[in-house]
Amino acid sequence: MRFPVKTISLAVASAFIVFGCGKEAPPPPKAEQPAAPPAKPTVTVKIGHSSPLTGPQAHLGKDNENGARLAIEEANAKKLEIGGAMVTFELLGEDDQADPKQGTTVAQKLIDAKVNGVVGHLNSGTTIPASKLYADAGIPQISPSATNPKYTQQGFKTAYRVMANDEQQGKVLGDYATKQLAGKKIAIVDDRTAYGQGVADEFEKAAKAGGGAIVAREFTNDKATDFAAILTKIKSKKPDLIMYGGMDAQAGPMAQQLKKLGVKSRMIFADGGCTTEFHKLAGDAGEGHYCSLPGLPLEKMPGGKAFIDKYKATFNLDIQLYAPYAYDAASVMIDAMKRANSVEPAKYLAELPKTAFDGVTAKIAFDERGDVKDAAITLYQAKGGKWEALESIGGAPAPAQPAAMEGVSGMSGMGAAPAPAAPAASTEKK
Amino acid sequence: MDTFIQQIINGLVLGSIYALVALGYTMVYGILGLINFAHGEVVMIGALTALTVIKLLADSGLPGTVVVLIGLLAAVPVCMALGFTIERIAYRPLRNAPRLAPLITAIGVSIVLQQLAMIFWGRNYHAFPPILPATGRDIGGAHITDVQIAIVLLAVAIMAGLMLLVNRTRLGRAMRATAENPQIAGLMGVNINIIISATFLIGSALAAVAGVMVSANYSIAHYHMGFILGLKAFTAAVLGGIGNLPGAMLGGVLLGLIESLGAGYIGDLTGGFLGSHYQDVFAFFVLILVLVFRPSGLMGEKVSERA
Repeated sequence: MRFPVKTISLAVASAFIVFGCGKEAPPPPKAEQPAAPPAKPTVTVKIGHSSPLTGPQAHLGKDNENGARLAIEEANAKKLEIGGAMVTFELLGEDDQADPKQGTTVAQKLIDAKVNGVVGHLNSGTTIPASKLYADAGIPQISPSATNPKYTQQGFKTAYRVMANDEQQGKVLGDYATKQLAGKKIAIVDDRTAYGQGVADEFEKAAKAGGGAIVAREFTNDKATDFAAILTKIKSKKPDLIMYGGMDAQAGPMAQQLKKLGVKSRMIFADGGCTTEFHKLAGDAGEGHYCSLPGLPLEKMPGGKAFIDKYKATFNLDIQLYAPYAYDAASVMIDAMKRANSVEPAKYLAELPKTAFDGVTAKIAFDERGDVKDAAITLYQAKGGKWEALESIGGAPAPAQPAAMEGVSGMSGMGAAPAPAAPAASTEKK
Repeated sequence: MDTFIQQIINGLVLGSIYALVALGYTMVYGILGLINFAHGEVVMIGALTALTVIKLLADSGLPGTVVVLIGLLAAVPVCMALGFTIERIAYRPLRNAPRLAPLITAIGVSIVLQQLAMIFWGRNYHAFPPILPATGRDIGGAHITDVQIAIVLLAVAIMAGLMLLVNRTRLGRAMRATAENPQIAGLMGVNINIIISATFLIGSALAAVAGVMVSANYSIAHYHMGFILGLKAFTAAVLGGIGNLPGAMLGGVLLGLIESLGAGYIGDLTGGFLGSHYQDVFAFFVLILVLVFRPSGLMGEKVSERA
């Protein structure tokens, strides 16, 4: 039972309070209309955002949008001056319903609205087809959470992401499953989305390389709630581990149904299921399962603690999953505009490869494909209704090489921790 | 063998839920010749209403079964009122309009209900509190929980009750008369407005029960859950012969079994060529086969009379 209008206006109000006292920035808290100094022209910069705001992933979609909104409100409160004009950022939040077809419709809509950049989309399935449209229109796109490797491998100069991709994540998971968890017989289920299938395929490769046998490869979809049939089949194969490539809305009920069928095998899944929502949906049945998240645990992120407080104060909601990444994606974009001293897509696009930004999630720099450099991946296990960080694996270059796995390290030596700023100035995107 | 029995159990539980929802589609179609696409959303509202009540009472110290029953009792009148209102607002004014018009309003009502539920209950998934006993029984190596046993038994009891109502009572006779020919039934002294309202009330009450069953079995409820469920139940109704009550039950149970066995064995039967993601393809393939040989469904009556 919530009343969005009230919440939003409260949120906006509290946002200004937070920025007023929490920031070192000199401008005192001001009311909504940023009365521009008479001499300088003002420019409104539209930043598009796209995520599923309706449908089964709406909770994650809104989370992303809130993350981007926070970054933009913060930038507005700072009263930036770019190219001699006072800049006001405006977020155009669109709903792509996690549907690839709708994703391209939304992309075209944002392009027609002449956005200066796009933060999004949330899903790989929508991000990949939309990226072609943005590339053709020359609009920079930074996805907070699309992790399918293909996104940045299409050769588009406009495509960036601030999160480790599935190649890296699937590999880490597959390796962890066969080595640390000593899984010999492994069953794999995926939800047939670009994301779920991608991460499951990478997992399968790594698990086979690690000596595991894939005893079952089953499929569901991203709207399903009943998994009894495939789980029954999996049960008959008696696997040590069950890998699921998909989102929390399926992973939670799947854990419950496993328990109901009397299967003792643990599940292991990637970031899509690694949410607080999983515990709510799985209840007791969630205990003991494993998952991985790109990046560091929120509390261990360079700016994690402050971000949690800020988000809570602004929206009065808990962070679901990717909000810090959406925040960083929007911040990186604004940062590039500042350095280019222009909001023109063509001009600040040239600055994006040179990014060296102290984000909430990590120190962000891009490689030549647009993937984030030195992406860390952390493994978690469900204990007492919470995800408990087991270890972080990092320091791998974004295009994951077989050697990437050597850098297994304890909690102390994570690659993406305050590493010295990468000398990123030279890497020009192809 | 135990895997096979388990798949049959999975299919029966799923099929019982489909059957209950399918009854709502088929009753309305039988009487009005209208496909009430908002029916799936009524199931969703029922599930979320019950869940809200159950969450409020979860810590009250009452036994879990009692709490769920109270939730169910709260959901049934809400859904009945909703079904009644939908018919009054969206279908009755269009009763003599071309067939397509009420179909469009049905889809409209479905979207409106979904969005209202999203505003009211939010976008997040709602978990069913773990208050029901997680105990179960083993049958030949297969496992069935008490909740699932209750679902199947309750569904059978409700369907039997409905058959009695339609075939043995005055109201049932009036419903059958209205289904056959509303004008003539009206001339014979049947108040068809009341009969149609009663149909919506009964169908919506069944939807509420199905909604509680779904959320109790899968421990999850969401404003979007009605869409797929409604679609599957509609398919079940068509499979069994839309407009025919035993047909809807048969269709529901069959669809549940087909999906379950399809997902379980299709991979092995085709040597891994087709996987479990073809379970829906398999279900619809069976539907097409049935419709080719029996265009009005397994137990459907001649369509010509209605058209």
